[in-house]
Amino acid sequence: MSSLAGIQAVMKKDMRVYYLKGPVLIFGLFFPACLFCAFVIGRHMPAHELVPGLIAMALFFTASATTPAIMPFEMRTHTLERLLIAPLSISSMLIGDVAAAFLYGLFMSIVPILISVFVIGAPIVHPFILIVTVVLGAVCFAVLGTLFAVPVTDVPSDVMMISNLVRLPMIFFSGVFIPIGQISVWGRGLSAISPLTYCTELIRYSTIGGNFLSPALCLAVLAGFTVALWLLSTTLHHRNMSRRLAL
Amino acid sequence: MTEVIRVDTLTKRYDGNLAVAGISFSVRAGEIFGFLGPNGAGKTTTQRMLTGVLKPTSGTVQVLDHDMVRDPLGAKEHLGVVPEMANPYMEMSGWENMMLAAELYRVPRAERTGRAESLLREFELWERRDDRARAYSKGMKQRLMLCMALVHQPDILLLDEATSGLDVASSRQIRARARDFAADGGTVFYTTHNIEEADQLCDRVAIINHGEIVAIDAPEALRATFAESQSVVVAFDREVAPDELAALAEVKRVAKEGDKLQLYTADPGLVALHVADFAREHDTAILTINTVGPSLEEVFVRLTEGAISQEDEDQ
Repeated sequence: MSSLAGIQAVMKKDMRVYYLKGPVLIFGLFFPACLFCAFVIGRHMPAHELVPGLIAMALFFTASATTPAIMPFEMRTHTLERLLIAPLSISSMLIGDVAAAFLYGLFMSIVPILISVFVIGAPIVHPFILIVTVVLGAVCFAVLGTLFAVPVTDVPSDVMMISNLVRLPMIFFSGVFIPIGQISVWGRGLSAISPLTYCTELIRYSTIGGNFLSPALCLAVLAGFTVALWLLSTTLHHRNMSRRLAL
Repeated sequence: MTEVIRVDTLTKRYDGNLAVAGISFSVRAGEIFGFLGPNGAGKTTTQRMLTGVLKPTSGTVQVLDHDMVRDPLGAKEHLGVVPEMANPYMEMSGWENMMLAAELYRVPRAERTGRAESLLREFELWERRDDRARAYSKGMKQRLMLCMALVHQPDILLLDEATSGLDVASSRQIRARARDFAADGGTVFYTTHNIEEADQLCDRVAIINHGEIVAIDAPEALRATFAESQSVVVAFDREVAPDELAALAEVKRVAKEGDKLQLYTADPGLVALHVADFAREHDTAILTINTVGPSLEEVFVRLTEGAISQEDEDQ
């Protein structure tokens, strides 16, 4: 109960300070839309084939976008210590960050889903699986965002560079633009280590079909990634916290 | 008297460097306890271990019945902290910052707004409550931090350089609140490098140097430790060379302080009589004459420089 109040306080703080800003909201829609257009325009391919990729990409880029910058930003502005002196564990603080990123990712992914259905005309064949995938995917990518925040620095651009170095290549081998059933064997091997692959496959199954991996496997692996990333992230954050304060 | 903070052989090492070297002390309920030391002495590291922000390498911190390492959340609930290196959220208003603090410390929903309003009014921030904290002056931000530290009605208030760099009015307000807090039964742990402030405010002070506690006592008792630092300060109607007065009996040394001469002695009453005789013999008038006890600053400087001579110790 006590942790829940603290988690809620951190989540509300994150929403106010980092998410409910015009540029952040616009970025969440604009960036995936640009990448989508870059692949669709001039390729004479049906737009609905890219629907799973569009939804997965929007979810991935929004849920993991801002969390990496929060820790260094709060070190720089000397607000981190304000949180650490409160009766709030480091894990609760991170859950609050994840909850805010989750809500942002969830909200921002609704827009491409609506565009996919009402503008592009893509079908929703398995709505329940789609909802479960979007929720689980938002949690997984939000947790991934906290992992990018592990390096001890008070320069947000340092972690954003690391975050983008990992996230941008991921969209090219996770079945976002080309279904993993159509990519080379070595590309498929690479896609196995990306949680985005399983999210995209589940959305493909829920919408246009043609998925390469079974939905049950994808759900299990995505949940497994979420747990593993969380354990790694909290362990590293606990280890690094005193170094952060010494900076 | 009940001890509300108990520190036992507290040690902190950073990458092999000893920042705090096994210090032990306790703070009693209702007192204002000053924690003094030069820059880099280990004050902030100690404060951070007391507030649970840093884990000690060894040793214990007990806050009331809670061990800070084993039960940090229980211990932290009793503390209201204004850290030296911390800020309110600049993108949030004063009111939103207060609500954040109230939520973090689980102040009941029904009491949050009433307490926040009362504190913001007390610290003259009520009219600016909807402004973002970034628009506040340094003094206003620090007063807001104090409001945030008090909103959950803690038993112990820890202030780390709370008045450093503030205007006189804000500094006075913060000191006055610390006094009122202690008068109402609370305990204040006041970390500062401002010795005059500690002297005015604190019931007891601990002086830390190179990570070790070198003295703990009431300011008056610490001054008494250095009785030979008493002095007679005199101003004449004409210039008198310090050497002329240095020859007087019981005078240990003479320092020129502006238009006055300060004669250090263990017996200021006798030296004052000698000065009066000197003035009569040399046909000069005394404009002012005062006896002065050793300042806490002198005590601090001598303790932290390790300049206590064997002669001092004998006395």
